[in-house]
Amino acid sequence: MSRSAAVGVLRGGAFAAAGIAFPFVVHAAWIVNIGVLTLMYAALATAWNLFSGYSGYISLGQAAFFGLGAYTLGITFAHVGIGSGYNPFYALPLVGAGVALASLPVAWIALRTRHMTFAIVTLTLLFVTQQLAFNLHSITHGSSGLMLPTPSFDIADYDRPFYLAMFALLLLGLGACWLVLRSKLGLMLLAIREDEEKARGLGIRVTTAKLIAWWLSVAVSAMVGGVWAYYLTFIYPESAVDPLVMIGAVLMTFLGGRGTLWGPAIGAFLLVPVQQYMLTRLGASQLYLVGYAAVFMVVLLVLPRGIVPSLRDWIDRVRERQRTRRGPIVREEAHA
Amino acid sequence: MHQIVQAIILGVLIGGVYALMASGLTLVFGIMKVINVAQGALVILAAYLSYWLFSHLGIDPFLSILVVAPAMFVLGVAVQLVFVRSLRGPDASELSLLVTWALALGIEGVLSVFFKTTFRSTLPSYADRSWDVLGYNVGFVRVLAFGTSAVLLILLSLLLTRTRFGRAVRATVQNPTAATLLGVDANRVQTLSFGLGVSMAAAAGAVYGVIYPFNPGSHYDLISRLLSIVVLGGLGSLGGAVVAALAMGVIEAIVAVEISPIWASFSFFVVLITFLLVRPQGIFGLRERTL
Repeated sequence: MSRSAAVGVLRGGAFAAAGIAFPFVVHAAWIVNIGVLTLMYAALATAWNLFSGYSGYISLGQAAFFGLGAYTLGITFAHVGIGSGYNPFYALPLVGAGVALASLPVAWIALRTRHMTFAIVTLTLLFVTQQLAFNLHSITHGSSGLMLPTPSFDIADYDRPFYLAMFALLLLGLGACWLVLRSKLGLMLLAIREDEEKARGLGIRVTTAKLIAWWLSVAVSAMVGGVWAYYLTFIYPESAVDPLVMIGAVLMTFLGGRGTLWGPAIGAFLLVPVQQYMLTRLGASQLYLVGYAAVFMVVLLVLPRGIVPSLRDWIDRVRERQRTRRGPIVREEAHA
Repeated sequence: MHQIVQAIILGVLIGGVYALMASGLTLVFGIMKVINVAQGALVILAAYLSYWLFSHLGIDPFLSILVVAPAMFVLGVAVQLVFVRSLRGPDASELSLLVTWALALGIEGVLSVFFKTTFRSTLPSYADRSWDVLGYNVGFVRVLAFGTSAVLLILLSLLLTRTRFGRAVRATVQNPTAATLLGVDANRVQTLSFGLGVSMAAAAGAVYGVIYPFNPGSHYDLISRLLSIVVLGGLGSLGGAVVAALAMGVIEAIVAVEISPIWASFSFFVVLITFLLVRPQGIFGLRERTL
C-alpha cells in the first residue's frame, strides 16, 4: 500500500471510530436526532458529488431518487411486509440497487444531452417523480401519504439505529468516492469534466463511465431515502421528493468543495446543525427560506470553489513560503 | 371529436402565454448561456404585483402590464448586475443555474411572508365572460391573454430583427468575441437582455394571475414546464420555444380530456424524453458542445 493510501485508510478509520462512538457517548435524543439529519445530508451530498462533482454534469434530480428509495421501502412495507426492527435495513441494498438500475434508461437518454440541458432534464425528472407519487394513488396513497410501521426500538436510544444506518451509508459513499478517485474510472470522469470531446477522442468510453458513476450515486441516494422513510414512518409526495432537500445537498457540496473527497461531508457537518437551529428559531415561517437562499448566494458568490480546495491552496502557499525562507540558509551553509 | 377540437383551442390559447414566459428564458440563455431558474418565481411575483394593483388601486390586470413590466425590467437589470455578472470561470453557466435557483427560493420566501400561502386569483369583472364560436366555448380572458402574449412576442421579434439593439443581441448570440471586436458592448447587451427577459416574465405573470389561481409555491410547477419547453424547443431558439409551448398546451389539453387531468403535465415530460432520444438538441436547437 502506498503512503497516501495508508494515510487515507488511517484518516477514514479514525473518522469511522469517532462517528460510531458518538451515539453511545451522547444520549440526548435531540442531539442524536440532529446527528441523523446531518449524516443524511452528508451521505446525500457525498453521493451527489460522486456523479456531479467528478463528472462535471450537474444533476438537479437527486431528490427524485431519494424519494424513490423512500417510497420503494414504504411500498414494500405496505404491500409485501418485510417485518420491523432491523429487517428493513437489510432490505436497503436491494432497494438501492433496484432504484439505481431502474434509473439507468432515463439517465442514458438524459446523458445524450450536454451540461445545461442535462441539468434541466434532471430537474424536470424531480418534478415528474413528485407527480408520480401524487398520481399513482393505489400504491403511494397520493397526497394522503404513506404510513410505515413504527420501528420496535428501545425508546431510550430510539434514534441510534438510524444514526448508525445513516453513518454506514455515509461511509459507503465516502468509500465509493475514495475507490473511484483512485481508480481508472476516476481518471475517466475527471477527463470528461475537463474536456469531454477530447476524452472521447482518446478512446475513453465516456457514456459508460458516466453511467457507472450515476448508478453508484443513485444507489446511495435511494438507500438514504429508505432509511429516512423508516425513521419518519410517514412520507408524502412533497416531503419525499423535496426540491429543498436537493438544493440542500448541492449547497453543502459547493460549500465543502465539489470534486473533493471530504468536501461534501464537511459542508453538511457545518450547515445542517445551523439549518436545524434556524428551523427551530424561525419555525416553519418562510423566513427560513429566505435565510437559506441568502446563505446559498453568499457561498456561490464568495466561495464558489468551496472550503477544502481553498484551504488546500492556502496550506500549499504557506508551505511554499516556508520553503523559500529556508532556501537561502541552506545555500549559505553550503558556502561555508 | 368536438371535445378534442375544444381541447386544441384551449391548448393553443394557454400555450401562447407559456410561450411568452419561455421567450425570456430562451433569449437570456441564447445571449449569456444562463438558465434563469427564477423565471417561474418572477412570473409569480409579477402575478402578485398585478393582483395588488388590481385589488388596491383597481387597475385592470391587462393594463397593469404597462406598470409591472417596466418595474420588473429594472429588477431584472439589478439581478443581472448583482448576482449573475459576478459569476466567472469555466462553469459560470452551471453556477448561474444554482444562483437563480437560490433567487427563486428567496422570492418564494418573501412572497409567503407578505401574502401567506393561500391561493389568490385576479378576477376582473369580465373574468367569466365567454363566446360561443361554432359551438365551441371560448373564454374571453383566454383570448385576451393569448392576444396580449402574441402582440408582445411579435414586438420582441421586431425588436430583435429591426433595431440596432436587436442586431447587437443577435451578433452576441452568434459570436460574442466577434461582436465585441466590432464594437458591441457585450456587458450592456447582457444586462439589458436579462431585464428584457424578466419583463417578459412580468407581462406573462400579470396574465397568468387572471387565468390561474396562484400561491408563492406555484413557481415549481411553472419552472418545470418552462424548462421543458425551452429544452424541447432547443435552448436559445425563440421560434422553438413558441412551437414547443403551443405543443405543450395542446398535448396537455388533449390528455386532460381524453385520459385524466392528473396525467396532463406528465404526458408532456414523456413527449420531451421521447423527443430527446431522437434529437438531443431540441426542435430548432444547435448541438451544444462542451467548451
